[in-house]
Amino acid sequence: MYKSNGILKENRIESKFNELKNKSQKALICYVVAGYPDIKTSEHIISSLINGGADIIEIGIPFSDPIADGSTIQDAIQNSLIAGTTPDMCLELSSRIRKTFPNIPLIIMTYSNILYRKGYIQFAKKAKASGIDGFIIPDIPIEESKEYLNTMQNIGMSTIFLVSPNTSEKRLKMISRICTGFLYAISVYGTTGERQGFDKYTIESIKRVKKVTAAEDIPLAVGFGISNPQHVKYMIDAGADAVIIGSAIIKKIKELENKDTLFTTLQKFIFELKNSCR
Amino acid sequence: MKKYNFPFNGKFGNFGGKYIPETLVPAIEELEESYKKFTNDSNFKKELKDYLENYAGRPTPIYLAKNLTEYVDGAKIYLKREDLLHGGAHKINNTLGQCLLAKKMGKKRIIAETGAGQHGVGTAIASAVLGLECEVYMGLKDTERQKLNVFRMKLLGAKVHPVKSGTQTLKDAINEALRDWITNVENTYYVIGSVVGPHPYPMIVRDFQSIIGKEIKKQIGKITGTLPNAIVACVGGGSNAIGSFYPFIGDQEVSLYGIEAEGSGIKTGKHSATLSAGSTGILHGMQTYLLQDKMGQISATHSISAGLDYPGVGPEHSYLKEIKRVNYKSCTDDDAIKACVILSEKEGIIPALESAHAISYGIKLAKKMKKSETIVITLSGRGDKDVEVVQNYLNGIRE
Repeated sequence: MYKSNGILKENRIESKFNELKNKSQKALICYVVAGYPDIKTSEHIISSLINGGADIIEIGIPFSDPIADGSTIQDAIQNSLIAGTTPDMCLELSSRIRKTFPNIPLIIMTYSNILYRKGYIQFAKKAKASGIDGFIIPDIPIEESKEYLNTMQNIGMSTIFLVSPNTSEKRLKMISRICTGFLYAISVYGTTGERQGFDKYTIESIKRVKKVTAAEDIPLAVGFGISNPQHVKYMIDAGADAVIIGSAIIKKIKELENKDTLFTTLQKFIFELKNSCR
Repeated sequence: MKKYNFPFNGKFGNFGGKYIPETLVPAIEELEESYKKFTNDSNFKKELKDYLENYAGRPTPIYLAKNLTEYVDGAKIYLKREDLLHGGAHKINNTLGQCLLAKKMGKKRIIAETGAGQHGVGTAIASAVLGLECEVYMGLKDTERQKLNVFRMKLLGAKVHPVKSGTQTLKDAINEALRDWITNVENTYYVIGSVVGPHPYPMIVRDFQSIIGKEIKKQIGKITGTLPNAIVACVGGGSNAIGSFYPFIGDQEVSLYGIEAEGSGIKTGKHSATLSAGSTGILHGMQTYLLQDKMGQISATHSISAGLDYPGVGPEHSYLKEIKRVNYKSCTDDDAIKACVILSEKEGIIPALESAHAISYGIKLAKKMKKSETIVITLSGRGDKDVEVVQNYLNGIRE
């Protein structure tokens, strides 16, 4: 059993990881930009991902200045904003997904200003009511996390933090301790986006992080640049409890936008990736 | 006023902080430590002083603008001539400081963002003289309206990357520079051009730019035996303004005015007057005033001067607004062009359009002041880079 956030009853993220652990499986986490290409299609896309075998869904709320994202996700975010997507529309999307899939963990990934503008408490409450289980905010490091953490803990939200190949041993321990749900290890130096392959330092970094997450009883998810079953296997062999797929999904959506084959292709793509997690 | 001692724990009151991706945390920590170490090192100080004096041209003159004073018929107007610095703007005070720091830290690759191109040129100059590799990110829109500076950077050996994402201006150039830094964090030093970004940047850039205010104090003291009554400077990110103001923050009798770009007018929504019309938020690693919508999306801004065309502002300015130590006002594109023409005709000085905002408000302010009073306007840069834009504007061609 992985650690629980200890305040409220076990949430969907923890249940999912415990369930997969019992089945000796790893988790496949899928990221989408909400509202790309439009909010209605996003709903179908998410359903296809879940039907294909996605264990956890990250709903990306578009922000105008996504500094941690590479060009694929940047373009999708910009398209979504031009289409008129608002944070409220993303939360309504979450509510609809929650109705169809009562047990699938749903996580919001966005940037701090989206939460700050509405107010951390108001945003978190509304997200909770929309079936959200946790948050990933790449521009809130632990130093700036006090108010965010207090708010999220009180409401029973998981707060997923990121670590990087250059994160020091001391910080790694501190972050693992305050992080709930899972720890998000960035595979590489860089922004989100597909990569041909990975350097040796990625494996070393995952192994180093794994030692800490194992001791802290928190699942380790690896993301950035993972786009095919070989990559998935590579990360799992290095010690990942979960892999995160983002840009590769967005790229497929872009290629097949407005085509009937989009949903079946996505489902098949995810099925193949999930096969590498079994 | 109690002793002004900010930033405290990386913050100016509630403003500032370091809202950055985890990959940048070790780089920011390394920077803070190195900055503390080298700025207390007498060799570093000596070397920087030598570059500033014998290479960049410090101290810059303070000039009594007699014709302008006569024309305005109010307070005596002094111009702090940062436009005479090597490179043509105050930016070099900061780029020499940061590039020298980068060199001492053993970083060989320099990256920078630029709006009007003055910071890009300043960074390219400092990199060239210090033997560092330099790459500059510049919004595509800005590369078009500041072509001369793009060529200058290239001539100085820098690589210029036009940024096609977002609004294709300064904000997006910063985004792209941050992404580069995240990717190449191990060997790269990011020279931020204004008092923006995560701590310790707003402090570092302020400290390097404070030489402007220190010289003003000394020079005006020598002429009048006292402090100036008012100091006026333009504010985009706010580096020449904070540099001019900082040594006077404790001197309550000196009124300080930061002038933002009102573009076509605040009511039109086409402006960059962040402190005058914005709200607090988080962007580029800092909590500060921003121009944003109700959902927290950053707004597209407008100003005729690329250097002021930015939806954020240095966190220290947000704090100085909150404690009411500095008055933040704004001028339109029209006002700036008019001031540019007046200064050119009356004093034979073509100001950068950024600085023309300060000139415009300075003229208005001087009119209301007594003849016995003195006002210092920081002329942050020269206008060569803007002549095409001014010419088009005067011929009725607008962006």
